[in-house]
Amino acid sequence: MARIVVVTSGKGGVGKTTTSSSFATGLARRGHKTAVIDFDVGLRNLDLIMGCERRVVYDFVNVINKEANLQQALIRDKRFENLYILAASQTRDKDALTQAGVGRVLEELSKDFEFIVCDSPAGIEKGAMMAMYYADEALVVTNPEVSSVRDSDRVLGLLDSKTQRAEKGEKIKEHLVVTRYSAERVAQGEMLSVEDVGDILSIQLLGVIPESQDVLNSSNAGTPVIMEEESNAGLAYDDLVARFLGEDRPHRFIQAEKKGFFGRFMGR
Amino acid sequence: MDWASFFRRPQKGSASLAKERLQVIVAHQRTGMSDHPDYFPKLQRDLLKVIRKYVQVNDDAVRIEVERDHDMDLLELNITLPELAAVPPTPAARKSPTTRNARKARGAR
Repeated sequence: MARIVVVTSGKGGVGKTTTSSSFATGLARRGHKTAVIDFDVGLRNLDLIMGCERRVVYDFVNVINKEANLQQALIRDKRFENLYILAASQTRDKDALTQAGVGRVLEELSKDFEFIVCDSPAGIEKGAMMAMYYADEALVVTNPEVSSVRDSDRVLGLLDSKTQRAEKGEKIKEHLVVTRYSAERVAQGEMLSVEDVGDILSIQLLGVIPESQDVLNSSNAGTPVIMEEESNAGLAYDDLVARFLGEDRPHRFIQAEKKGFFGRFMGR
Repeated sequence: MDWASFFRRPQKGSASLAKERLQVIVAHQRTGMSDHPDYFPKLQRDLLKVIRKYVQVNDDAVRIEVERDHDMDLLELNITLPELAAVPPTPAARKSPTTRNARKARGAR
């Protein structure tokens, strides 16, 4: 049986798709057969971030409606042969995702894959609820910023009440992923620290991704940022995947680089 | 950058303000989830236990609701007593219940 992991946040623009693409790529790179599904029907983007937008023929909704089978709709990643992408439909509305249909597709994928990563749309409407419903675990992506933290807390409430596991009286394993983190601004007292966010949401921290120019650069190129060996954000995602798989890795990039006397003198 | 700020420790920034505000919001969000804050089932069980010391009531006799009204949160308890306390509850008795409404203010926000 596959482990189904939803990447969710409530708020938009915090890095769900960036996280989904790097997380799935990282799992595949470590040898785990992984499928990543875009649940954002009508506003698909995962294909762009993964760099396979020109190879989408059939999508998730086609499979749910039995207009195509899974083998036709799954796109094999160019970089890793054990990584597959299932794109969202661009034209249909979110009602196309039915609970039974999503369940059937996930069940079929479960036979063949080790991990299924569900990239949730923003908000708490149907697409987001469908993305989390069958999940075993959740990556809750949060920016160190008030509206994002509040929305994450709301989503945690939904994970604990509106999912299949919750209905069975079981718990979803929830992991905190703090993105766009600026250790310098935290040191200045201008940004919530990762401890603050952890205190407020009271879930286990899985990874801290530093604010980085490389995220935009790699999305421009259609390459998940985890592929960038020189990038702090890429390295942080690699740590995150290792930790998810049970490795013990210390958190990096959460301390501001200390400025010497000269550095302080020259300004910030 | 002026000389004074060079020697001062960095002042308390806006992050602590953000944290304080979030702690209040999140606490409210968790207790105020209209249907079921997580302590409700236990509260319900405990209330049933107490009530049954005095009256034999059905499992569904205690209903709890949270209502919000501007600067006030109301915890509403709805306890349905059987028509005659001595008679064991029957479907007929449940159809015409006597309802006692107990309201208690949980405190101003």
